[in-house]
Amino acid sequence: MSLRIVVAVKYVPDATGDRHFAEDLTTDRDAVDGLLSELDEYAVEQALQIAEAAGDAEITVVTVGPEDARGAVLKALQMGAAKGVHVEDDALHGTDVIGTSLVLAKAIEHIGYDLVVTGMASTDGTMGVLPALLAERLGVPQVTLLSEVAVADGKVTGRRDGDAASERLEASLPALVSVTDQSGEARYPSFKGIMAAKKKPLESLDLSDLDIDPAEVGLAGSWTAVEDATARPARTAGTIVKDDGEGGKQLAAFLVEQKFI
Amino acid sequence: MAEVLVYVDHVDGAVRKPTLELLTLARRLGEPVAVHLGPGADTAAPVLAGHGAVRVLTADAPEFADYLVVPKVDALQAAAEAVSPAAVLLPSSAESKEIAARLALRLGSGIITDAVDLTADEQGPVATQSAFAAAFTTRSRVTRGIPVITVKPNSAPVESSPAAGTVEQLAVVFGGLATGTKVVQRAERTSSGRPELTEAAIVVSGGRGVNGAENFTVIEQLADSLGAAVGASRAAVDAGWYPHSNQVGQTGKSVSPQLYIANGISGAIQHRAGMQTSKTIVAVNKDAEAPIFDLVDYGVVGDLFQVVPQLTEEINARKG
Repeated sequence: MSLRIVVAVKYVPDATGDRHFAEDLTTDRDAVDGLLSELDEYAVEQALQIAEAAGDAEITVVTVGPEDARGAVLKALQMGAAKGVHVEDDALHGTDVIGTSLVLAKAIEHIGYDLVVTGMASTDGTMGVLPALLAERLGVPQVTLLSEVAVADGKVTGRRDGDAASERLEASLPALVSVTDQSGEARYPSFKGIMAAKKKPLESLDLSDLDIDPAEVGLAGSWTAVEDATARPARTAGTIVKDDGEGGKQLAAFLVEQKFI
Repeated sequence: MAEVLVYVDHVDGAVRKPTLELLTLARRLGEPVAVHLGPGADTAAPVLAGHGAVRVLTADAPEFADYLVVPKVDALQAAAEAVSPAAVLLPSSAESKEIAARLALRLGSGIITDAVDLTADEQGPVATQSAFAAAFTTRSRVTRGIPVITVKPNSAPVESSPAAGTVEQLAVVFGGLATGTKVVQRAERTSSGRPELTEAAIVVSGGRGVNGAENFTVIEQLADSLGAAVGASRAAVDAGWYPHSNQVGQTGKSVSPQLYIANGISGAIQHRAGMQTSKTIVAVNKDAEAPIFDLVDYGVVGDLFQVVPQLTEEINARKG
């Protein structure tokens, strides 16, 4: 039977742009161009490799976000995923991570899955909690922060490199996997992939399709609230010296003055 | 007075510094109740009491080591139900954040991660966070349920504050999900003998300019002269010159030491996201145009292989 893989991805503001908050203290998505979160490219890559190893597998990519978030799904389709699902609804504006995990969990159940693959964190919020939240909501094992992953005989195995130890993990399908940026370089879409993606199905869903009450999401439905956001004051310009043979000594003198030595 | 649960991060009862910092913050919110899971509670309890824990709830079971994350969530959930705390605080390690996430969902609570400061008013805790590669500072609060908050290392001082530290057994019943992900093998990492990167007061990092794994000894020697941790930029890690566990940046570790010394690091946004909140920033780089110089308190434009050994020698001479 075909292995059903769902990859959850996020469309994020480009970190090299001037990212800031909108008046309602949500991320200002109009100010900066968006793209598929770099850390999610690793998830798409591992999903593709798992599917290639399995032979008979189908990858669906899902995202939650405004109209242009579709761009994140398109990139994954160009890389080789088979189908896309985009959950879009005006009521979603300002949804926090708890609400996002609800929408994604419902969408993933709607799609049907044996394996869910995600990145380790988004590159904008950088919380790193969505994979655990999804596993809790779906009621499946979390096999997270993997630098190596394989699926065979109805089991996921992987390596998790933590601060104190490197662990080998094992769980039965269905399961949720998150992968780190150590899992392997993500492929670039080929010209053929880019052309093929245009013909791949991309389904659009709203909250009613997923049977979600709009009161559970959005700014009002969030379980956290941002009270204020202030731009970090610009650093006062530091002292910069050109090394003329004494640079190390001058730096030492600065560190003495600052009481680090 | 309200009780505040503090999840204890430890290695066989050796309590890690971020947990002691959490106890300082917890005392601003109420009376800290520490939750110690796994072995070593006898060793940990006096330390936790010495830093303000009025109670220490302990549970030990093979499940905590044999299965990933969920057994600890079950235990913390049991603790939260037993205590009805005003907040639950955890350190911002990768595993603790996963525990915090699942706990928050089960408690019907909002979650805030990577706080760098905590204050309290009549409505509860307010968490300070930095956003968008530390370009912004936000203040947030949990508006539903028991606030579950993870806090970054170096966000508060470690302060001794003797308290009762009464040790109590916590009854934990593991749920069906607890044994979902089995840890089939564990290889402990060998310690470098240097401070833990995220906890260190001083971090010395090397980047592309170090130009080779063997050259990292120059960085390590400077670090050792200062009692510092060693960090590496993504470029240095991707090139295989230094382990990923030492990577500072958006996809690596986020550090906030008293002093950060960047050597041969240009200061791409990826790196800045992981170190921009450091108190004092110093850089050594050949390229006077490198963006890292926009951040520094002190910068040396020069060859790191000249400047860094001279600095190390100077520090060692002053210590000697």
